[in-house]
Amino acid sequence: MAEPIVRAAGLEKRYGLRPVLRDVSFELEPGGALVVTGPNGAGKSTLLRLIGGLAAPSRGSLEIRTERRKVGFLGHEPLVYRELTALENLDLYGRLYRVPERRERIGMLLERFGLWEARHQRISSYSRGMTQRLALCRALLHEPDLVVLDEPHSSLDDEGLTLLDAELGTLAAAGKTLVVATHDPGRVASLATAHIDLERA
Amino acid sequence: MSITRPSLSALAALAVALAAASVLMIFFIAPEDADQGLSQKIFYVHVPIALTAYGCFGLGAWKALRLLLTRGERYDLESYTGIHQGTIFGALTLVTGSIWAKASWGVWWTWSSNQLVLFLVLFLFYCAYFMLRFSIEPGPQRERISAVYALFGVALIPVSFFAIRLASDFIHPTVFTRAGPQMTGSMFAAFCTSWAAITLLAYVMYRTELAGKRTDVNLRELREALAR
Amino acid sequence: MTAYLGDVAALARKDLRLELRARDTLPAMALFVVATLVVFHFALPGGASEDAAYGLLWVALVFTALLGLGRAWTPESEAGALDGLVLATSDRSAIWLGKALATLAFLLAAEVVALPAFALFFAPLDGPALLGVLLASVGICAVGSLVSAMAAAARGREVLLPLLFLPLAIPLVVGGVGSSISPEPGAYLAFLGLYDAVFAILSWAAFEYVVTE
Repeated sequence: MAEPIVRAAGLEKRYGLRPVLRDVSFELEPGGALVVTGPNGAGKSTLLRLIGGLAAPSRGSLEIRTERRKVGFLGHEPLVYRELTALENLDLYGRLYRVPERRERIGMLLERFGLWEARHQRISSYSRGMTQRLALCRALLHEPDLVVLDEPHSSLDDEGLTLLDAELGTLAAAGKTLVVATHDPGRVASLATAHIDLERA
Repeated sequence: MSITRPSLSALAALAVALAAASVLMIFFIAPEDADQGLSQKIFYVHVPIALTAYGCFGLGAWKALRLLLTRGERYDLESYTGIHQGTIFGALTLVTGSIWAKASWGVWWTWSSNQLVLFLVLFLFYCAYFMLRFSIEPGPQRERISAVYALFGVALIPVSFFAIRLASDFIHPTVFTRAGPQMTGSMFAAFCTSWAAITLLAYVMYRTELAGKRTDVNLRELREALAR
Repeated sequence: MTAYLGDVAALARKDLRLELRARDTLPAMALFVVATLVVFHFALPGGASEDAAYGLLWVALVFTALLGLGRAWTPESEAGALDGLVLATSDRSAIWLGKALATLAFLLAAEVVALPAFALFFAPLDGPALLGVLLASVGICAVGSLVSAMAAAARGREVLLPLLFLPLAIPLVVGGVGSSISPEPGAYLAFLGLYDAVFAILSWAAFEYVVTE
């Protein structure tokens, strides 16, 4: 097996004295897909924030064999500016990530996720489903090698769900590594190469 | 405790002994000041307390820097305790300074003592440290933000000092002047003894408080572990 | 280096664009500072010296700046955009620099209103005084942007920000007032420059630690 792209050993995360994650260990090979399940409050989002690079473990080790800026992250919040348009948001992120041929890439993503017509509208006027789609565009904008998605299916309508499933399939086929936290493991079962079920710490 | 490292109680006993010695020296050995009389004796306490406060703030900032650079777990409590001690001694500086001002010039406060004004500004700054710290959820972010603030504190010390000097030059021309005391041998000895006593006392308080806080943390961790 | 400055420019532009759309912070600051100056007229006793007025100018500027600083990081907290920036930027200090520059632009714009109003209501402002305002504004925005980010991470941030900011602003007030009233403003202006250098570098270096874990 190739060198794992993510390796966790005895991961522990606590805020002050409150433990959120306890003794989590796994290995994820490049091109694999890790599905994370568990009840609310079990620490799924925290684990994904650790993998995405937004938090550091309190104990244990977490090795991520890819550059920080080659990770794409979709969290509970869309991480966008509500009073900017979709185009302006993606343009800003495109500049920061130094995306080559930025305009083309943004156009392509917006079109793929059905947001092209709404590209000049501010996010404050978007529905939750549209916002989620935009957040996906943002997460995938810089063609990350490791894609970390926290409950990506939430808030999406049927069309959005179809688009997302298609995208996940495309990413997996292209050899990208996925980490997906979900309440609906059945949806991603065909892609999954590894599974973690978290309990409340 | 290793044999070479003196125990806390031994240090505390030494601090008490030094304090007693310094009291004797202050009142019986050091000569009385011609202008200010008995009230000048406060100087032997006020200045070492001020110096100790600076030392504690410096210690807090040093531990803060270590925290940011190495992410070591212990530095957060050490930095916090250092700042806490510094604030206590800072408050004492203001109190002893105020007493000295009353005894020397008949006023409880004067803006012309640069040191006193500096401590007022620092006192405000470090009080805000605690408000900041206790408004953030415990965790790595709180540790880092507290550490950055502690570092800003030591940068503020010299900058504020210059500012206050500049202010008294022009904005508030000095009404009272006090030449730095020319210390004779016996005065210097009394001063140094007092300084040693107060520094040692501060160190003992620091270690005691730190031990207490660590015990608190350990206790809570045990409770958490048992509750599960 | 050019890439870094490009990031800073993109981030500052974003803030300017947001303000131009919402148009809430800048008018509020301008109105606030003029209202404060009017209050000061009524607060100053009749025989007060002209110098006292310069002191009050600086109080007005500091509190107007606080108004702007309190809202500086609001767009980033709305939908978690700060996390997005932390992920996307190669050097997180660019986030601070972009924000500080945008905040400076707003503060200067408010001063374009405040300073003529002050000259009209109270006393004239000469070259050194204006230079003092400029230098102090840089310091206010440098330190203020960092401290505001700290407060944003805490509960009760509206109350916390002034507590964190005011002690740090005291040297700026000294420098500013001194450059307005002293016949030898050079020392005060140099001091402001020193403050700016020290605290800008400190804020630039420390920002990374404030926004990451």
